[in-house]
Amino acid sequence: MGLRSYIITRILLTIPTLLLLLSMVFLIMRVLPGDPVALHFEKKATPEQMESMRRALGLDTPLWTQYIEYLGGLVDIGYILEHGYPNLGKSMQTFEEVGGQIFSAFPATLELAFYSMIIASVIGILLGVISSKSYNSILDHLIRGVGTVTYAVPIFFLGIVFQLIFGVYLRWLPTGLRINPAVDPPATITGLYTIDSLLQGNLFKFFESLKALLLPSLTLGIILSGIFIRMTRTNMLETLRLDFVTAAKARGLKESTVTYGYALRNAFLPILTMMGLQFAILLGGAILTETTFSWPGLGRYIVDRINFRDYTAIQGAVVVFGLFVTLVSLVVDILYAYLDPRIRL
Amino acid sequence: MVILGTIIVSALVIMTAIAPWIAPHDPAKTRVGPIREPPSPQFPMGTTHLGQDMLSRILYGGSIMLQVSALSVLVCFLIGVPLGLFSSYVGGVFDRACSLVIDAVYAFPGLVIAIAISAMLGRGVVNMALSIAVVYIPSYFRVVRSQVLSIKELTYVEAARGIGAKWYTILFRYVFPNVIPSIVVVTTINFADAVLTAAGLTFIGLGVEIHIPDWGRDLTSGWAYLSSGAWWIITFPGVMIILLALGFTLIGEGLSELLNPKLQR
Repeated sequence: MGLRSYIITRILLTIPTLLLLLSMVFLIMRVLPGDPVALHFEKKATPEQMESMRRALGLDTPLWTQYIEYLGGLVDIGYILEHGYPNLGKSMQTFEEVGGQIFSAFPATLELAFYSMIIASVIGILLGVISSKSYNSILDHLIRGVGTVTYAVPIFFLGIVFQLIFGVYLRWLPTGLRINPAVDPPATITGLYTIDSLLQGNLFKFFESLKALLLPSLTLGIILSGIFIRMTRTNMLETLRLDFVTAAKARGLKESTVTYGYALRNAFLPILTMMGLQFAILLGGAILTETTFSWPGLGRYIVDRINFRDYTAIQGAVVVFGLFVTLVSLVVDILYAYLDPRIRL
Repeated sequence: MVILGTIIVSALVIMTAIAPWIAPHDPAKTRVGPIREPPSPQFPMGTTHLGQDMLSRILYGGSIMLQVSALSVLVCFLIGVPLGLFSSYVGGVFDRACSLVIDAVYAFPGLVIAIAISAMLGRGVVNMALSIAVVYIPSYFRVVRSQVLSIKELTYVEAARGIGAKWYTILFRYVFPNVIPSIVVVTTINFADAVLTAAGLTFIGLGVEIHIPDWGRDLTSGWAYLSSGAWWIITFPGVMIILLALGFTLIGEGLSELLNPKLQR
């Protein structure tokens, strides 16, 4: 199979998964016991008020019609072209378009996820390689111990401890928000503050947004690095045992060239796939990290909406999370196929 | 690793169980001491922002988390294992449909599903347990399914079929016992995940009512008073959650190494 036909097949296979995922979200939000409108008002509204809310949000039609409209809204090209985001319904709280609210919160999550991923990969791969090189030594056990402990630490606890140390006691770093409130955010190009400020050549704003990013992305990155350490270690241990590594050593190549240029390069493919799989965990962690650091992203949005009992908005946010994860796993699979021709066979 | 993990977990369980007899104060009672008092001989772990005794709340506080995780693990087990056994044994369209649904759930960020379900069901131990269970059923299903797929081709299963054993006899008496080791590993890891997910749900406001002593709950209220620098309201509950999750993780990892000699080299 050529790369192109592999990509087409893979994209086509995504469609049933997506449909299933969307139906599941609809099922959870609409069919599970608990009427969104009644829950929203906490029984403090008259039946007439609840009825008019239902009518305004289109919740008075049969479930089947709602389901079709819900799916239709996501693929309504006309709407997407006009607004720049899919139709996810209106918020129960503000009656604004949920799609628009999510669209403006999304870059914050993307930026946090991006830097956390970098931190997790650097820590994870570095420690993983060191651990595998010094197999069964004290250092190896120590690194493995660190990996196990990070798995057991609640992500928000680490965040809170960082806030307490670097924010409250030492006062070195801000404990929340994307940028110092006294500084205007950079004009929006990509929505990622660090990239936007660099594009505009504003180093001051770049460092301000980097400062705000440091604690949240460290928190998320460290928690995630535990899994990366383990993956790298296992894959490296397997690769280091292969003949081509012994051959490279026998030819008198430098130790570091063998480790990083030969072994790690070959161990990297499975690590890359695993990274793609960790993305769902990363997003779950982002919800808690964003809440801890008042980071105005998608996770913070969903938690805010829960407090307002804004069920249409929660549904929209959950859908976007699902779409995002599906997209990433698609990209990782394609990347994998591109890097390793055997996959396409 | 297994032994260390078991010691940690059983110590915490025993501590929670005997809390009513050893706790110096009623954990829910406010103003037993001054507000936000740092650890002192009288209050070894300090007091909360309501003047509750932190030590008593720590002793009692594991109860909710243990209940939620035990219940969710039970639900996962009772649904995931039979479904996995049956689905892979029967095969065909049923198996493919099950796998498709399960894989869709598996690919989704677990916490997001738990949040969505929890938001719809409302607070409480049972609702929390159910929303966590949905997230982890796929792990059981996948492990059981992959094991059964290879076991059901073995000669002894064929022999059982040959002497005319019923499908349920084969499935539960001959196949199931061979899957148990892997299920045990999944269960312990699931326990750790359930503890962390329960803590996460509590943190974003979907946990138990505020007066109930719960590590997740206390950590969250400590966070609300972060700027006061009251580290004891944050640190002690946090460390307890880590210990509980770590205990289960150690058991799970240790068992999986014991059962997977290949990893030991």
